[in-house]
Amino acid sequence: MAEQVATFKVKKGLAQMLKGGVIMDVVTPEHAKIAEDAGAVAVMALERVPADIRAHGGVARMSDPELIIKIMETVSIPVMAKCRIGHFVEAQILESLGVDYIDESEVLTPADEAHHINKHDFKVPFVCGCRNLGEALRRIGEGAAMMRTKGEAGTGDVVEAVRHARSVYGAIRRLQNMPEEELMTFSKEIGAPYELVKETRALGRLPVVNFAAGGIATPADAGLMMQLGVDGVFVGSGIFKSGDPAKRANAIVKATTHYNDPEILGQVSRNLGEPMVGRQVTDIPEAELIATRGW
Amino acid sequence: MEIGVLALQGDFLEHCQILQALDVSPRLVKLPRDLSGLKGLIIPGGESTTIGKLAVAFNMIEPLRLFGQTQAVWGTCAGAIFLSKDAKSDQPLLNLMDIEVERNAFGRQVDSFEIDLQAPFLDKGNHKPFHAVFIRAPIIKSVNGRAQNLLMLPDGRIVAARQDKLLATSFHPELTVDIRFHQFFLEMTKS
Repeated sequence: MAEQVATFKVKKGLAQMLKGGVIMDVVTPEHAKIAEDAGAVAVMALERVPADIRAHGGVARMSDPELIIKIMETVSIPVMAKCRIGHFVEAQILESLGVDYIDESEVLTPADEAHHINKHDFKVPFVCGCRNLGEALRRIGEGAAMMRTKGEAGTGDVVEAVRHARSVYGAIRRLQNMPEEELMTFSKEIGAPYELVKETRALGRLPVVNFAAGGIATPADAGLMMQLGVDGVFVGSGIFKSGDPAKRANAIVKATTHYNDPEILGQVSRNLGEPMVGRQVTDIPEAELIATRGW
Repeated sequence: MEIGVLALQGDFLEHCQILQALDVSPRLVKLPRDLSGLKGLIIPGGESTTIGKLAVAFNMIEPLRLFGQTQAVWGTCAGAIFLSKDAKSDQPLLNLMDIEVERNAFGRQVDSFEIDLQAPFLDKGNHKPFHAVFIRAPIIKSVNGRAQNLLMLPDGRIVAARQDKLLATSFHPELTVDIRFHQFFLEMTKS
């Protein structure tokens, strides 16, 4: 067999290499260097972290390619970048830049209110957000090679990340205990492709790697999400909106490795300075919620 | 026989699954004390800079070096980089294997690939190729001292090397269902 590129195996494979790691949002090459030095497994290059996107309002779009390229030149770890939901031309541009993963992200303003990108069309792999098993399997059906629970980005409140992780893993546990004849109705109810429902049931987990995102701000938050069963964590605003980003980033990396060792979690949580201020999700008007974007 | 899998970061669970299929119970290694009594250790794929930094932070570098001087160690991809003496990059290395590696030698993720390789030392004469998965993979630029070239791409670039009880592969046997590379390593732990 000759060499094959861009197979689903290699797309999914990069996410497998990121497991047990922390992917950090960065807005400058300097941030990217701090993240890499702190032990990030990858960086997400963007113009504004979600907390600032919330504060600024307006339309949030793909970042300036110049910024993404500078960040790619600065670090040796994988670089991810976000495009708007359904904006396949932004995705084409990001692919041409050579980014290692595209996040088709609800954090940006959606470009299509009914359809996501057909991600099978691309050589570059995609990560997408989900709130529940049905949403995860729809995205995988469209070609996503990695998932992340959405949480509520830019809040520093972990409650939604917990809700979404419990929803996904709870549904998988129910699925595993279900008799075969109930699978088609279950697929219909959650709006997921039948074949992927069957595959998930056989595996006892999602068919691709699943990270937590949206609201993780402390080493304890990272430990919580890992103990709930995610494969790794994204930290967006939580690092560079805190008092001492380098120290906090490093502490969250260590906490993600030793997520089930309370003694180490205690050590790395000491003297981290101010966490990001945060905003309680229950105080946010429904129209401003980000996680509900995605279909 | 107990085999460890370094579990600081990366695809360590994929290695564990194959070891379990071979009736070996793997032990996750995160701290120096986890190494005691092990007959071999696998360093998985992942991000070599992250694995190196975590190894420094949790005082694992010296214990891993000492372990590798007497016991079998196999590094896949990031693990191969970590085992090497030279990665042309400012990052913590174990300096155990006399090989020079080049990180991300094939380019970025869109250049990641899979390919069948002939591996005579695995195929017991039946010429069944080994399916090798390369993800942002390194190559082994040179093997020096006691290290030996084990496997090459059709273009001659080295992708696996062995030095006594140390093994480095720039691809990921743990991402396949082919157990032969893990069997090969288990034999090395007994030698």
